[in-house]
Amino acid sequence: MTQLALVIDLNVCVGCHACVTSCKEWNTSGVAGFLSDENPYDKDPTGTFFNRVQTYEVGEFPCTETVHFPKSCLHCEDPPCVPVCPTGASYKRKEDGIVLVDYDKCIGCKYCAWACPYGAREIDEKQQVMKKCTLCVDRIYDQAIPEAQRKPACVVACPTNARLYGDIHDPDSEVSRAIRERGGYALMPEWGTEPANHYLPRRKGTVAVDADQVSRIDSPLNVDGRIPGTLAALIAEAQAAADPASAPAAGGR
Amino acid sequence: MHPAFSVIFLTTLIGVAQGLFLAVFAIDLVSYIGLSELPMPSFIVAGCAMSVLFAALGLLASFWHLGRPERAWRAATMWRTSWLSREVIVLPAFLASVAAYGFTYATGSVWSIPLGVLALIACIALFVCTGMIYACLRFLQEWASPLTLVNYFLLGCASGFTFATLLASLLAPAYTEVLATWSIGLTTVALAVRAAMLARNARLRPKSTVQSAIGVKHPKVQQKSQGAMGGSFNTREFSHGRTRGFLRSVKWAFLLLAFPLPALLLWLGASSGAAAVLALAFAVQYVGLLAERWFFFAQANHPQNLYYQAIS
Repeated sequence: MTQLALVIDLNVCVGCHACVTSCKEWNTSGVAGFLSDENPYDKDPTGTFFNRVQTYEVGEFPCTETVHFPKSCLHCEDPPCVPVCPTGASYKRKEDGIVLVDYDKCIGCKYCAWACPYGAREIDEKQQVMKKCTLCVDRIYDQAIPEAQRKPACVVACPTNARLYGDIHDPDSEVSRAIRERGGYALMPEWGTEPANHYLPRRKGTVAVDADQVSRIDSPLNVDGRIPGTLAALIAEAQAAADPASAPAAGGR
Repeated sequence: MHPAFSVIFLTTLIGVAQGLFLAVFAIDLVSYIGLSELPMPSFIVAGCAMSVLFAALGLLASFWHLGRPERAWRAATMWRTSWLSREVIVLPAFLASVAAYGFTYATGSVWSIPLGVLALIACIALFVCTGMIYACLRFLQEWASPLTLVNYFLLGCASGFTFATLLASLLAPAYTEVLATWSIGLTTVALAVRAAMLARNARLRPKSTVQSAIGVKHPKVQQKSQGAMGGSFNTREFSHGRTRGFLRSVKWAFLLLAFPLPALLLWLGASSGAAAVLALAFAVQYVGLLAERWFFFAQANHPQNLYYQAIS
């Protein structure tokens, strides 16, 4: 069975809020009606958003890291917000695992928001119904837009490609591979909600240096197998450091 | 959590209605099997009428809580999974069965006892539904306990019996003393349970931390921005917005107003037979219960607040 989800790479998110504005733009213009704002151009502006980018500081000065943390509905595989809904307005789609709210059935009792430990649901103060990320369900299946753009608006907008989108139940999908190979994790695993959205952790800054980069393969002086001496020495040294057993003796020619 | 007065009035008013019905029906049953003299029919009928009135007021208050009250009927559909939906079904059932019981009692029908038993079942089911709405939310650790159910049950019974005592002093003086005794007993047990709840909640360790919330395992993580500066639904709905001192004051206020003070007034009123004192006992206890319910909501710390600790 399909479970569509986002995988968010905290290692490359720069906190630009492009996903937030893109999400708001798409979803406030959609068939389901606007996402209302109050005082948008005034003091204390507030409004309904599906997606927010928050910022956290990790560590103690001067050894601090800034983590930009986009947060939206995680489309849990065992969503606690769905069974509590008294009207059935909150539901999880069988075919793709998206958790949705039927705005025509919602009575605005806010019980589902109480039942979500992530604070992913926000009431629309004008329409008085509960709203949340739809994973752009009105976009991802739309045959009228080019196939490459049939992704959630936030994913399309991300300038650093920090947001991956796909089926986490398909082991060969980009998102499944990212979760598997780059330590993808779920938020608040202690509640057993099994969020479909995953996050990729920050990695410590290591730079992989390739021998070609050091030797300047495009150097006009370069002759294959016979490269200028100082560089050859550096390469040998690097090889020895990386793999002492197989590297030739350092020194160069 | 933000304490919504609609829900505070709903839960306290239906509590009084349920307790009052239990008191009235208990007296009816006891006299039915011949253990005591028959009460004045007006007492039973007035008790049912007041119980229906309180429950109807509670139902009215609950509509106030909805963003789309005109769609409230839809809330009866998901009773298989939702305690809220179950409450939406059971509350009108309780209301109707108490009304039917009161009516058949007034007309002297043989059906009054079976209908009373039906109302009793609805009454207990309503206590369970109301309590479970809160107790089933496992990550609201302050609520996720059987004590929540017991507390709702005992406080409903205590306040309902207090009102029944007042009613008895006006319509069936022979029962004033026994009802006052029960009322004081229920209030005392309720205090013990509420104190146990307070003790439990004071020792709670939140299961979620900012580390588990964002998945960074460093011991020092501090929020710097929450993505909006003018507040959001998340900052309004999940915090009471008061100081710790205010919370503490409310706690001591309800510990005084809901328990020892009405118990004292009940004892004074029952021994002197003064309805005015008993009315005061009910009024004081009800105000105490409003404070208790306010505190019940305000004390619950929702894990989503971990994402909303700093504006910028």
